[in-house]
Amino acid sequence: MTQAAFAAALLTPDLPCPAGLQAWNGSDPTARLAVYRNNVVSSLIDAVADTFPVTQELVGEEFFRAMAAVFVRQHPPRSRVLAHYGREFADFVDGFEPARAVPYLADVVRLEHARVLAYHAADADPLTAEMLDAAMSSGEDLGALQLVCHPSASVLVSAYAIVSLWAAHQGDGDLSAVDPALPESALVVRPGLDVLVLRLPPGAARFVIALQAGAGLADASALAAGEAADFDLPKVLALLMGHGALITAQFPGSLSQ
Amino acid sequence: MPKARTDAGLPAKAGVGLKPQHFRDVLETRPDIGFFEVHAENYMVDGGPFHHFLGRIRDLYPLSLHGVGLSIGAEGSLDEAHLDRLDALIKRYQPASLSEHLAWSSHGEVFFNDLLPVPYDRATLDCVCDHVDRVQERLQRQMLLENPSTYLEFEASTMDEAAFLSEVIRRTGCGLLLDVNNVHVSCTNHSRDSLDYISSLPLETVGEIHLAGFATDRDAAGAPLLIDSHGSPVDEAVWSLYAAVLARTGPMPTLLERDNHVPSLATLLNEAQRAEDLMLVLAEPKRCGDYWGCS
Repeated sequence: MTQAAFAAALLTPDLPCPAGLQAWNGSDPTARLAVYRNNVVSSLIDAVADTFPVTQELVGEEFFRAMAAVFVRQHPPRSRVLAHYGREFADFVDGFEPARAVPYLADVVRLEHARVLAYHAADADPLTAEMLDAAMSSGEDLGALQLVCHPSASVLVSAYAIVSLWAAHQGDGDLSAVDPALPESALVVRPGLDVLVLRLPPGAARFVIALQAGAGLADASALAAGEAADFDLPKVLALLMGHGALITAQFPGSLSQ
Repeated sequence: MPKARTDAGLPAKAGVGLKPQHFRDVLETRPDIGFFEVHAENYMVDGGPFHHFLGRIRDLYPLSLHGVGLSIGAEGSLDEAHLDRLDALIKRYQPASLSEHLAWSSHGEVFFNDLLPVPYDRATLDCVCDHVDRVQERLQRQMLLENPSTYLEFEASTMDEAAFLSEVIRRTGCGLLLDVNNVHVSCTNHSRDSLDYISSLPLETVGEIHLAGFATDRDAAGAPLLIDSHGSPVDEAVWSLYAAVLARTGPMPTLLERDNHVPSLATLLNEAQRAEDLMLVLAEPKRCGDYWGCS
């Protein structure tokens, strides 16, 4: 028998035990194959559970593991490095009919996956006020200034109160007081050893997304202001710098600040 | 960068697996332990706390780098990108030992996150030897190959596991990572004698020993089926077998493996102390193991 046949049988419990397998006592090898089948699926479910603890709390362990079992069979890992496993879980949850009753579940999944990506992302020193001052007093066109975000930074825009929901599950705030239907945007970033989840003020998510796409200060601010008339650039810059979300201030064509 | 075929290896002491929940505890308490072992794949990430803590702990202790994803038993060729990642980790952390399993874990693009069995036939032997050769050539160092826990046998096998492993070791010059729990698990599962199995191995090539716990199940005929779970303390039967191995090998770098239901660092260190105590007792000439007698 080939490894292809063995591999197929691992993820498809309905397939018969491949030919060519045996046990010393002549017993049905299917029961022994079940050990491998269970190891594969349950270890992958465990990996998913480790990455999405709040998602599991929201739906309960039994529901979560049943949902994850379907997921891991449909989307087994394509990498030998499991740290980032679960990228497709949010879209899967979006389309998972039994989870429809929790409309914000997929966005919580997205937030938790962003946290894991941030946890293992490259390290970088934050932009300091001195570095920013130096760039701003260089005499160049400030509107063209590019602010580079930390490699761990990502933004999540949600129609639901994902930051408040997530925080309440960390013991920060009262879950029963959270209205899930209030839209929130999250910034996820790991400036040091700890991953931060911050609620972004209006327009700030659009601003950060623009920065990450390489927009200069003027264009990014205009996009943000177009979305939120009360977009407050100094306040948002202070928020981002205060949490280590920016690492470099540079002008196009220059290598660094 | 050392060409580490001559590296000193791990100290002949007990070590434990390094778990993220114990990072700070290790740095604060600096336990008296021979070495730490990590799964290489967990550190194949760009940055963050895993590298932060491993770097600091590596400054204080010897490190064993234990791979679980190279898929040396795969029919297809080795993943060169994965070898590159291993090489980068070796250069960064200078481990005293590098080990992998006699098993496969990937097929096509899919990674199964489990150690899957191979038939013990000529074709597989040639393939595994090619893969071990490639690993040692690419990484410029000896690797240790671990005997597996298995639950099934292949009709295609033409030799037993000990003979297969011995031949891989002879042909490639790799060392043996003797997992004593795996010996007990596989020998129970296939109705073999553990001591005969161990006696058939080239014990002079052992570079490290693993000890772990197993779970107990039954096969379709009701025969015991032990499962390598790494989720419980080492069983008494495995401690006895370990003592028998030590009587033959002398003190050996010995890892207490615990990957599930991970207890406190203190509990792991207590278990490691038992291995350390056995090594001390057996190192005394008149207190050698029961199994092969004193001579």
